[in-house]
Amino acid sequence: MSHHLSNLTLKVWRQSGPDNSGHFESYTIDSISDEASFLEMLDVLNETLIGENKEPVTFDHDCREGICGTCSLMINGRAHGPERATTTCQLHMRKFKSGDEIVIEPWRAQAFPIVKDLMVDRSAFDRIIESGGFITAPTGGAPDANLISIPKPVADAAMDAAQCIGCGACVAACPNGAANLFTAAKITHLNVLPQGQAERYKRVEAMVETMDEYFGSCTNHGECEAACPKEISIDVIALMNKDYRAAKFKNRKELSRN
Amino acid sequence: MAQAVMKPGTARGPVSGTAKPREGRKRKPLLVDLYGTAVGKKYAMAISGIALLGFVLFHMIGNLKMYLGASDLNHYAHFLEKLLYPILPEKVMLWILRFGLIAMVLVHIHAAYTLTVLNRKARPVKYQSARDYQVASFASRSMRYTGVIVLAFVVWHLLDLTFGTVNSYTGTKDAEGLKDVYGAVVYTFDRVPVAIFYIIANIALGVHLFHGVWSLFQSLGWNNPRFNKWRQALATSFAAVIVVGNVSFPVAVMAGIVG
Repeated sequence: MSHHLSNLTLKVWRQSGPDNSGHFESYTIDSISDEASFLEMLDVLNETLIGENKEPVTFDHDCREGICGTCSLMINGRAHGPERATTTCQLHMRKFKSGDEIVIEPWRAQAFPIVKDLMVDRSAFDRIIESGGFITAPTGGAPDANLISIPKPVADAAMDAAQCIGCGACVAACPNGAANLFTAAKITHLNVLPQGQAERYKRVEAMVETMDEYFGSCTNHGECEAACPKEISIDVIALMNKDYRAAKFKNRKELSRN
Repeated sequence: MAQAVMKPGTARGPVSGTAKPREGRKRKPLLVDLYGTAVGKKYAMAISGIALLGFVLFHMIGNLKMYLGASDLNHYAHFLEKLLYPILPEKVMLWILRFGLIAMVLVHIHAAYTLTVLNRKARPVKYQSARDYQVASFASRSMRYTGVIVLAFVVWHLLDLTFGTVNSYTGTKDAEGLKDVYGAVVYTFDRVPVAIFYIIANIALGVHLFHGVWSLFQSLGWNNPRFNKWRQALATSFAAVIVVGNVSFPVAVMAGIVG
């Protein structure tokens, strides 16, 4: 039996384009099912706005099942809203109460320019991935499964890091606008695996230096870890820092690594 | 309040476009190259921080000699001036150590300043609504302010007990002909506002250490599930030992235990 929340006040950031100035606009949601997801609540708002011949609120969304990393939103000062380890699309209205005021802002970072309203351009993340977030594998017949043995704890560690969906909550939550958690997660999931060793040091050097062009620096607050919908640990940042130093100091000719 | 798209030609590259080839980048000398990135600057912060932690700890331990009496403290101060004597003339080793410390302070401040500028640039448009921080502590959020308080204190402290600019007793000899450090300490803490400034500055130092000692493990990549749980405990106890030790000196003078 579902319940309804009534009389919600939304303060939504409206900005018509990247170079325009924005402002908060207040909307009232008279009644919404507590089983609605946060994005469904915004859909309802947009239906109303369209019915009134007004411009609907632009926001990022895609899979709506918490795995694609497209949705964003700073909800009441927290990235992806009040629920831990949950993306905005998986956040449900039952986490709010009737009469609540909900403030919705886009991610804010120099590297994430606002496209419109709540939608931001996160292609700075793509620049980081392009610089080294891959393994160079020859094409050809698929290798036998389990040809390379990987210890279970290593596979688990790689999997924990690989959970990163690249949503940008770490950057949004970081008081410094740093992308260390994202970059470190992407580095870690390849650098701990045997397949990632060939390019290990080139990868960490390229990705850290590309990150540096766009984002702030880590001061170890831990806000990124708390905001991460996939609960990626800041332990990956320590590994990135260690590998970055190693990349600078290792004689890679002798190691036959590029 | 526009959050502008980055223009080509600015210090940082445009958000959209293809990646620049990293291979074409000219390699600078190793340490300069490392210091060129934020991760490298955090290494510099951590390593200079460790050097300063060592100083802070030994400075506090050395000062505990005042509880053994004037002669002990004055002899200890004299010992520092005669470090490695007669291999080196008097005070030479002391000045080598001092220059090392000054270099560490400068590195620490330069890295802190440039990283702060970088961080400000990384979010030119602030959040327009209140943030709800989950885990960032008062200590971690106030590092740059506690750092400035400690720096101001260090300058005052040098003018007070090293150069004697603001302490007319500094430099006076005791009965044995040694510098009467004990007397200078008593003189300085008999002035209540000075004692209060010392206490406030040392609490700020403790707050700074509380985050800094933990943080350096992350920055240096010293992360191991077997000792991770001890990192914050170590930071807390280190900060507590320093604060209790240092704050005890003005309190002891004002209470008449030392003097």
